[in-house]
Amino acid sequence: MTFKIIVCAKQVPDTNEIKIDPVTKTLIREGVPSILNPDDANALEEALRLKEQYADTHVTVITMGPPQAKDMLIECLAMGADEAVLASDRALGGSDTWATSNALSAVIEKLGGYDLIFAGRQAIDGDTAQVGPQIAEKLGIPQVTYVQECKIDHEMKNITVKRALEDGYEVVKIKTPCMLTAIKGLNKPRYMSVRGIYESVKSDIKTWGAKELGLDADREVGLDASPTNVYRSFTPLPKGKGTTIKAESEKETAQKLLVGLKTRHVI
Amino acid sequence: MAIQVVKNRCTGCRACMKVCIFNAIDADGKKITINEQCTACGQCLVACPFDAIEKTDSGEAVDLSAYKHVWVFAEQREGKLMSVVLELIGEGYRLARDISDETKVYALLIGNGVEALANDCYEYGADGVYLIENELLKNYTTDGYSKVMTDAIRMYKPEIVLFGATHIGRDLAPRVAARLNTGLTADCTKLDVKVSRYIEYANDHTTLDTSSLDPNDPSTGLKQTRPAFGGNLMATIVCPRTRPQMSTVRPGVMQKKERVPGAAGEMIRVKHSLSKRDIRTEVVEIVKSAKEMVSLADAEIICSGGRGLGDAAGFKLIEQFAEKVGGVVGSSRAAVDAGWIDHSHQVGQTGTTVKPKIYFACGISGAIQHIAGMQGSDVIVAINKDPDAPIFEVADFGIVDDLYRVIPEIIAEWDNAGTLYDASLKG
Repeated sequence: MTFKIIVCAKQVPDTNEIKIDPVTKTLIREGVPSILNPDDANALEEALRLKEQYADTHVTVITMGPPQAKDMLIECLAMGADEAVLASDRALGGSDTWATSNALSAVIEKLGGYDLIFAGRQAIDGDTAQVGPQIAEKLGIPQVTYVQECKIDHEMKNITVKRALEDGYEVVKIKTPCMLTAIKGLNKPRYMSVRGIYESVKSDIKTWGAKELGLDADREVGLDASPTNVYRSFTPLPKGKGTTIKAESEKETAQKLLVGLKTRHVI
Repeated sequence: MAIQVVKNRCTGCRACMKVCIFNAIDADGKKITINEQCTACGQCLVACPFDAIEKTDSGEAVDLSAYKHVWVFAEQREGKLMSVVLELIGEGYRLARDISDETKVYALLIGNGVEALANDCYEYGADGVYLIENELLKNYTTDGYSKVMTDAIRMYKPEIVLFGATHIGRDLAPRVAARLNTGLTADCTKLDVKVSRYIEYANDHTTLDTSSLDPNDPSTGLKQTRPAFGGNLMATIVCPRTRPQMSTVRPGVMQKKERVPGAAGEMIRVKHSLSKRDIRTEVVEIVKSAKEMVSLADAEIICSGGRGLGDAAGFKLIEQFAEKVGGVVGSSRAAVDAGWIDHSHQVGQTGTTVKPKIYFACGISGAIQHIAGMQGSDVIVAINKDPDAPIFEVADFGIVDDLYRVIPEIIAEWDNAGTLYDASLKG
């Protein structure tokens, strides 16, 4: 029987390229490239490695986004995915993580049957790390997040993963079907292959809207159905020139630095 | 909530389109329209010179008054409370008292044989502790913890639930929020219930125009502020129609309350039904060691060495430094090219791009290609003998001194940071 893997991906603006307009203090969007979210690339890579190891594995990449998210799906196909689905609809716009996970769970259910779902730990635009676990909850399957190593047995049933912790890792055993979320340390994503690019251009990407997914636009997806809303948004005060620490002794310098780091809430 | 265009005011100047990070604005002839990409973030409202964009409330009121009090998930590992728990109890205490004099802060303590930790919770400000104990809860599992927590929330109905944004808090909270069909805001750095306090914060620390906010507004919905877009944008999120309001909060941000030795509180033992079948994962072992295990890209603290180390042996000190602070060793290209350390440690355009909370640049001059790979770090500390080194241009904290004299002192003082900080507040 075919081993079916689903990879959840997101097209995101490259946050390293975002700049703030010094006059209006707003984000400058022009010229910011859209990319495949980095953690999602690790998720896809892991799926593709399983596909290389075990014959009869099928990898489907799914995403929710505007029509142009197709570009990212084509990139995923060129990397080696077999199939790609885009959930795109005005009614899905403004979804928070709860509503997004409703939409993506509906896509997964419509695809009918899966053995393993990979997602990136988090996307660089929102940094929430919530959609993966929330999809797992809605599908009623177990999860392991922050996966840094993943091994599956020959029956494709039992998976042993290393889950990264702040001060080490834990080894966790889990059975398929399940959701695993990938971090960068899991692997090094491959580049698109020439043959993959050639074939991906010809491939047909399915696009499903809210109706086709059987989603209630007032209660399950979109801005109004989302439990969270943006109250206000703003840009942080611009970063001033840093502080130079000067003290009588190195010991005092170290102490001043540590107080400074505490004040900035990083330790 | 939704963003609407007032058509007769819109001149089609497209100023809004330039600032919309979501590509949610289309030009429709001489006017603009909002498309489905909109998240109602409100950036376009600020940018519009003609007040032609408005935010509307779809506010249908639901009775949420059955939900009371503030809960803090008292995350413990191997019988030790995470320090973020005490910070959240302090913050929860302030939020609770801002809501009303009768509102309390409770810790939700889950584990096995962890009852004694309740005293720490009381001493740092918790009015009470909800305790859930079971041998199946000894180690954290997503399934076990989310089941007992969801059941307790359904039974006792807290108004607010706070989690530390740790690898466990960020695994558990989304699962619980999804099961309760309520909202969750990730990695918050500021929480307010009173509108007046929010205004105060916004005026002091942000570019937000607060003139549309009423300081006498009596509502006490949780206003959860967090960075997005790699810290380029701050958003304040609300959860108006469902309860509880849930947040994960970045460790190290909130303030602990002063410890009151011997303080006591109310203990509530929560009944629960948990069986082995409920838990579908098995924790085989927990391995502690920050070193070598975390990759540069995922590291929260990076200690990087460069040519200023002088020789390969200099990385011994950098390793000691990283070990002390729970960080990962990085390097500049110069140090890699000199053969002092493996390429896998290289930070920069041709190495790994990193974004830790703290980046220590030790003896690194700061070539453009290096800076390109680490400038997204939350806080950059530069230690270099040369006061003209370009690294100081991007550093939050610059130390012009011999790294071999400074770093051993930082290592020696590291564990005293809390005490030093408290002393600096008093002094």
